[in-house]
Amino acid sequence: MTGEPATTDRRVVRYTFPERVMHWVSGFTYLYLLISGLAFYAPQLYWLASILGGGPTARFWHPWIGLVFTIAMIWMHRSWRADMRITDVDRAWAREVDKYIKNQDEGVPPADRFNAGQKYFYWVMAIGAIFLLLSGLIMWFPEFVPWGLRGFRYAAVIVHEVAALITIGAFIIHVYMGLFMVPGGFRAIVHGYVSPRWARMHHRLWFNRVTARE
Amino acid sequence: MVTASKGATGALQIKAISGHAGPVPGRDAQRPVGGGVCKLVDVTTCIGCKACEVACVEWNGYPFQETTFDNSYQTMPDTRWNYYNLIRFNEHQFQDGSFGWLMRKDQCMHCADPGCLRACPADGAIVQYTNGIVDFQQENCIGCEYCVTGCPFNIPKFNSETKKVFKCTLCSDRVSVGLEPACIKACPTGCLHFGTKDDMKTLAENRAQQLRENSTHKNAGVYDPPGVSGTQVIYVLHDITNPEAYGGLPSNPRVPLMVRLWKGPLKWLGSFAMFGGMLGVALHYLRYGPKEVDKEEEKRP
Repeated sequence: MTGEPATTDRRVVRYTFPERVMHWVSGFTYLYLLISGLAFYAPQLYWLASILGGGPTARFWHPWIGLVFTIAMIWMHRSWRADMRITDVDRAWAREVDKYIKNQDEGVPPADRFNAGQKYFYWVMAIGAIFLLLSGLIMWFPEFVPWGLRGFRYAAVIVHEVAALITIGAFIIHVYMGLFMVPGGFRAIVHGYVSPRWARMHHRLWFNRVTARE
Repeated sequence: MVTASKGATGALQIKAISGHAGPVPGRDAQRPVGGGVCKLVDVTTCIGCKACEVACVEWNGYPFQETTFDNSYQTMPDTRWNYYNLIRFNEHQFQDGSFGWLMRKDQCMHCADPGCLRACPADGAIVQYTNGIVDFQQENCIGCEYCVTGCPFNIPKFNSETKKVFKCTLCSDRVSVGLEPACIKACPTGCLHFGTKDDMKTLAENRAQQLRENSTHKNAGVYDPPGVSGTQVIYVLHDITNPEAYGGLPSNPRVPLMVRLWKGPLKWLGSFAMFGGMLGVALHYLRYGPKEVDKEEEKRP
C-alpha cells in the first residue's frame, strides 16, 4: 500500500485501486461464468441463457470470459499470494470459527489482513480455477481429443461440474458475508477504505501493523 | 422439420427432447410405431461401391469432397459435419485363414438411449421421435459439443464456422413422407434394407443364421447393442464376437458412465447443495444477523 497514507483520523486504506479493479474483474467474470454455466447445467435453468443473449451467444462467450477470469486470478495471486499464506494465527482462528459464525467475536483470536475464512475462500477459488481451466479447455475443443483418449472428455465434464459446484458454495458464502454479514466489507472493496474501529475489530493484527508503520 | 404423418414408418411424433424441463409437448398424442423404423446393413453383401455416400451428400445438398488417400479405398479417415455416411474399409484375416475386406457403412446408429440427447443442454436441439429417429435441430443448437462427449459411436461432428453440430438424420425428411432414406434407395446390392425394427430384426436374424449354416462364418450375428437399449441401425456381421474389427465398432457401447453421472445424480446433488447453501446463509442472517462494529468494540477491553 505504498503511495497512499495507510490511515487517517477516520479511515484506513483496506484495498488499493488495483486490488479493487482485480477483485471486480474476477468477480464480474465469475458472475457471467456462473449464470451461463448454470444455464448449461440444468434444463430448469436454461432460461438464464436468454438474459445473456441466448444459448449460442452465452456458449460462445463462456470460454473467453473464462480466460479473462483466469487472467484476473493470476493477477490476484501475484498480489495477494503473501497475504493469503495460512499461518498459525489462522489455525488458531479456524479452531474458534463456530464463535465467529455465532457473532461471539470477543472469543475469536485476532486476524491479520485476511482472516482464515477469507484465505480458505481464496484458495478454494484459486485451486478451483485451475481445475475449471484445464477441464474447460477440453470441453471447449472435445473434437481435438483423440477418440482413443476420450476418457479425458468424460473426466473433463465431471471435473468441471464438481469444481464449479465447490466454487459456487464458496461464492454463496462470500457474497453473503460481503453484502450482509459484515457491514463495511462491501464499502471496503468498492471504495477501498474502512474505519479504524472496523479494522481493529475484524483484522486487529493488520490494523496494528499498518498503524505502527506510521 | 415435422411434417404430415404418412403410414406406419412415417409419423414424426416427438418422444424425447434435449435440455427440456417438464414433459414432452404432445406426448402420447399418437399411437407409437412398434419398435420404430430401422435400417439394416448387411455388411456381408456390401461391395464398397459408395453409392450410399454419394446419395447421402446429394440428398442433403452437401458438396462432393476431395478424397484422402490412406492406402485404402476409404473416402476419408472419418465422417464430417457435411459427410454423414462413410464406408469403413478394413483388411481382415478370417478364422479359416482367408483374407477379406470388411466394409462397414458407418453413420449415426440412432440409439434408443441416445447419449447425445442425454448430454445436450439446449432445449430442443436434439429430439427423438417415436419412430426412433434421433434428429439434431440446428436452429436450437448452441454449439457446446456435449453431444460429441455423450456419443459412444463418435458420430456428431462440429462445424466450426456455424458453431453447429451435424450428423445423419436417418433422412427424417424423407421418412416422414413415407420414403426410404437416400442411402437405402441408392444401394445396388440389397445390402441395405429399411422397414420396421421388428421386420428388420427378423430379416437380419435369418441372414445371420443362413451365414452360420451355409458359409465359413460360424460366428455370424446381428449387431443391435443392448447397452444403448438397441439401435435403429443394425448390422449383420460375419463375426459378431469381434465388432471392433469393422473400423472400431464398439463391442459394448453405452452412454459413458461419467456422462450418466454428470446428467443424473450430480445434477440433483448439485442443485440440492446450491439451494441448501442459499437457505443456510438466509437462516444464518435471521438467527445471528450482521456483525455490528460498534457493539462489538464496546465489549473489548
